[in-house]
Amino acid sequence: MKFGVLVFPGSNCDHDTQHVLAEIAQQPAVFLWHDSPDLQGCDAILVPGGFAYGDYLRTGAIARFSPVMQSVKKFAADGGLVLGICNGFQILCEAGLLPGALLRNAGLQYICKQVYLRAETTDSPFTHNLDRGQVLKMPIGHMEGNYFCDESTLAELKKADRVAFRYVSAEGEATREANPNGSLDNIAGILNESRNVLGMMPHPDRSSEALLGSSDGFKIFASLVEALAHRS
Amino acid sequence: MKSSAPVAPSPATVTPELLATHGITADEYRRIQDALGRTPSLTELGIYSVMWSEHCSYKSSKVHLKRLPTRSKLVVQGPGENAGIIDVGDGWACAFKIESHNHPSYIEPYQGAATGVGGILRDIFTMGARPLAVMDSLRFGPLTADKDTPEELVHKNHSVVEGVVHGIAGYGNCFGVPNLGGETKFEPCYSGNPLVNAFALGLVRRDEIFYAKATGIGNPVIYVGARTGRDGIHGATMASEEFKEGSEQKRPNVQVGDPFMEKLLLEACLEAMQTGAVVGIQDMGAAGLTCSTCEMGARGGVGLEVELDHVPQRETGMSAYEIMLSESQERMLLVAEKGREHEILRVFDKWGLEGVIVGTVIPEPRLRIFQHGELVADIPNQSLTDDAPLYHRPVGTWSRPEQIKVPLDPPPHILEELKKPRDYTADLKKLLASPNICSKRWVYEQYDSMVQTNTVQGPGGEAGVMRIKGTNRGLAMALAGNGRWCYLDPKLGAMHAVAEAARKVACTGATPVAATNCLNFGNPEKPEIMAQLSAAIDGIAEACTALGTPITGGNVSLYNETKGEGIYPTPVVGVVGIIEDVTKAVPADFQREGDYVVLLNADVSKDPIVRTEGEKQKLLTAKATRFIREFGSSELSHAILSDLWGDPPSLYLQSQTQLLRVLTLLAREGKLRSARCISDGGLAVALAEASFANGIGARVGLLSHLGLTPGTSAFAESSCQVLTSCGPDQFESMRELAGESGIWAQIIGDTIAARLRIDVSGATVIDSSIRELRAEWSTALEAQLAAEVTA
Repeated sequence: MKFGVLVFPGSNCDHDTQHVLAEIAQQPAVFLWHDSPDLQGCDAILVPGGFAYGDYLRTGAIARFSPVMQSVKKFAADGGLVLGICNGFQILCEAGLLPGALLRNAGLQYICKQVYLRAETTDSPFTHNLDRGQVLKMPIGHMEGNYFCDESTLAELKKADRVAFRYVSAEGEATREANPNGSLDNIAGILNESRNVLGMMPHPDRSSEALLGSSDGFKIFASLVEALAHRS
Repeated sequence: MKSSAPVAPSPATVTPELLATHGITADEYRRIQDALGRTPSLTELGIYSVMWSEHCSYKSSKVHLKRLPTRSKLVVQGPGENAGIIDVGDGWACAFKIESHNHPSYIEPYQGAATGVGGILRDIFTMGARPLAVMDSLRFGPLTADKDTPEELVHKNHSVVEGVVHGIAGYGNCFGVPNLGGETKFEPCYSGNPLVNAFALGLVRRDEIFYAKATGIGNPVIYVGARTGRDGIHGATMASEEFKEGSEQKRPNVQVGDPFMEKLLLEACLEAMQTGAVVGIQDMGAAGLTCSTCEMGARGGVGLEVELDHVPQRETGMSAYEIMLSESQERMLLVAEKGREHEILRVFDKWGLEGVIVGTVIPEPRLRIFQHGELVADIPNQSLTDDAPLYHRPVGTWSRPEQIKVPLDPPPHILEELKKPRDYTADLKKLLASPNICSKRWVYEQYDSMVQTNTVQGPGGEAGVMRIKGTNRGLAMALAGNGRWCYLDPKLGAMHAVAEAARKVACTGATPVAATNCLNFGNPEKPEIMAQLSAAIDGIAEACTALGTPITGGNVSLYNETKGEGIYPTPVVGVVGIIEDVTKAVPADFQREGDYVVLLNADVSKDPIVRTEGEKQKLLTAKATRFIREFGSSELSHAILSDLWGDPPSLYLQSQTQLLRVLTLLAREGKLRSARCISDGGLAVALAEASFANGIGARVGLLSHLGLTPGTSAFAESSCQVLTSCGPDQFESMRELAGESGIWAQIIGDTIAARLRIDVSGATVIDSSIRELRAEWSTALEAQLAAEVTA
């Protein structure tokens, strides 16, 4: 089992993600440089947070053209597991691996704080270790995390059980107050049609150790490791 | 490039007007002529003007800064380099410094603050350290109109606050360094002169530190990073002047930041350093290419020769003068080992950055600049650095009645007011909603405080606490500075800045080990300002010596005046502490119901009192008089009574040292559930703030202070007490441990669900639900900022 963490110029959660995989999950995890299409035989790809290419033009808009992303698209089409966190989610949307877009936060400001998420589906390699309706404490840190898609896409996401996480209150209610950025239907993370690609704005990489305030995020990494173990 | 027998650069036509626009005095011009033995060229004149500016040369403050303690067994690098460095154990060292970006932040708030962050980050990673955390100390004018602040100023203040915070956020977030908050305060004196002091700290292996020193004759000089443009020319000179009408026209002097470029520069520099081919490295900050070339040469006792045609330029037709004085951001200068330069250039190419050989190290200790093959500047390095002018400016004696018009004793109407029965619960709510005390969530939630996954305690607590990956260790850091106290008594106020920052650090369980300072003052050409500066430096020196936190670097920002009106003297001190086991870091908030609420009291009875100027005037001052005078500088007097009198609180350095030691000891032994300083707003505010995070309040009983009514006693700001909580079973051993070091641990109550009740001398003076108190506190700043939009 081998994990690959993409590194774009401007990625800044690449080391954080690699740290969780290598030190907490104790799995081999390598960095994959944006300029090379070689995925080095990795079994899962993580697209980390940060400001790929400075977020210039539009978040993820330049990163989608990098050589490594062409390989990631093919990898995903062949059923490979891809997890995009924060800027990684934005890049996956721009690359067409996930539907919809991430607009500027409703408050027009960057927000960094702990929020609560509700696991909406356990039917994915990333969430099968969770309970449906389970509330997770996880931080966000973004300027563009306001998820948006058209009505038919939203209907499709709901119908196919592809909404992975929603922003909720500590009690688990998907209220307006619990929605930090104005996301449509409180959506914090979604799956692709084949359920092998997950994009989410909150940071499981920043919530994998109790010392840092929460270890709830590690459950996602643990699910992923277990899913890969079953595949091989 | 030709280094043999160069023809002297062509002389400038030097007129008094030319010297005036360069901020060079007639006397300084004579010194330039002596150093060169001829008339300078225009480029040379520009070079001297920036290197001899107050900002770069510290010519007014240097003689006083020498009094600061700078050594300890942990100090690896003291002042004089890009940043100070201390040994933090397990093979790690940390580089840290605080620096001002006040003037640019007033003229262009977003870019001014952003490039302030960028500058301090480069100072850290140029030493080989990866930035671990940043913090900021911010001072603004009021956000609502008052007698000193008309509506149009309020409007301007709003835009400065928003611009500065967005600028800090925009730069730091993209760069990928967590911001642990810091402090934000408001006073009318900062309306025309906001203070933006940026602190950064980075980690480096003890044996992998890089220095800004050029060595090895014939070694190539490499320029990397952003191209040089016409921005920021004379930025350092601007920062060395007062603001007058029309200072906004200096906007082109403010640089524009590109955090993405800086992030690439960081990764590329750290990777290049790993090749082993880097001999020396310095960032191009204030005075850009000029400062980096002459300082690197001077430190190594060699010279640098540079051909400007090789310098990457953003626009065509730039003169030598413009290239040398540009303060374009995100640029670095490296000296490489001859023959291995390609190893370095390859790294920069990988990161998509421009890396160009622009010159060589020469044996003559001179700065030699060529353009189009012609010599345009040829200056002895020493004359720009060590031999820059040093001024023993007239220092007035700081004396209270002459320098400030603040009475020692409260005016009669206030005394009357204080005697009347008051609703202290309402006072507490008002105080919690006041700008200096209310939650700064609106500020710090815009900062990424968690990237790099090391943040154990982020913004909103007492100090920032970071773990060091791969070890059990942690580092704590805090900033403090109270301008109002320094205005009343510069020496005592400055001592408080050191003590408070150290106390905040110790509250987390860390041992405070070193400090950095940023000295924000008015025009040094006025003897009364120099008196403030000199007294404040004395205070910092005394406190840092007593508390064992030497100053390893920092920055002086003078000329913080607009139209002749100076700011409060505002020294800001950053203190860094080490925690051996970071899992034992103590939070600032109450953790459980049913815990004891315990005050740690320093025993001050045997301590020599640091007498304030005010006190010297009366040999025997009754304790009661002292309390009421100290109360005059409190946040309650300021925000509720809208008055100012008296002195800062007394400070007892001996017992303060014991207090810090006990906090660290109790944390190490796992005795404390929480610890918090008693600062702005006194014990009442400290109790309320300790209740907010977890909704756990307290029921406490206190005794009245002499000279104060029971209600006001709860708001007295004491530097010799710390508010803690502990499990009931831990108290006895805690009391013993503290007692052995002369600290009296006193139970004042217990923690309870959802309510705060304070009794003083048997009467209930404050009683409220935590929810109500928190509502006032948490939304006040946003409400004030939003008020203008609807107006």
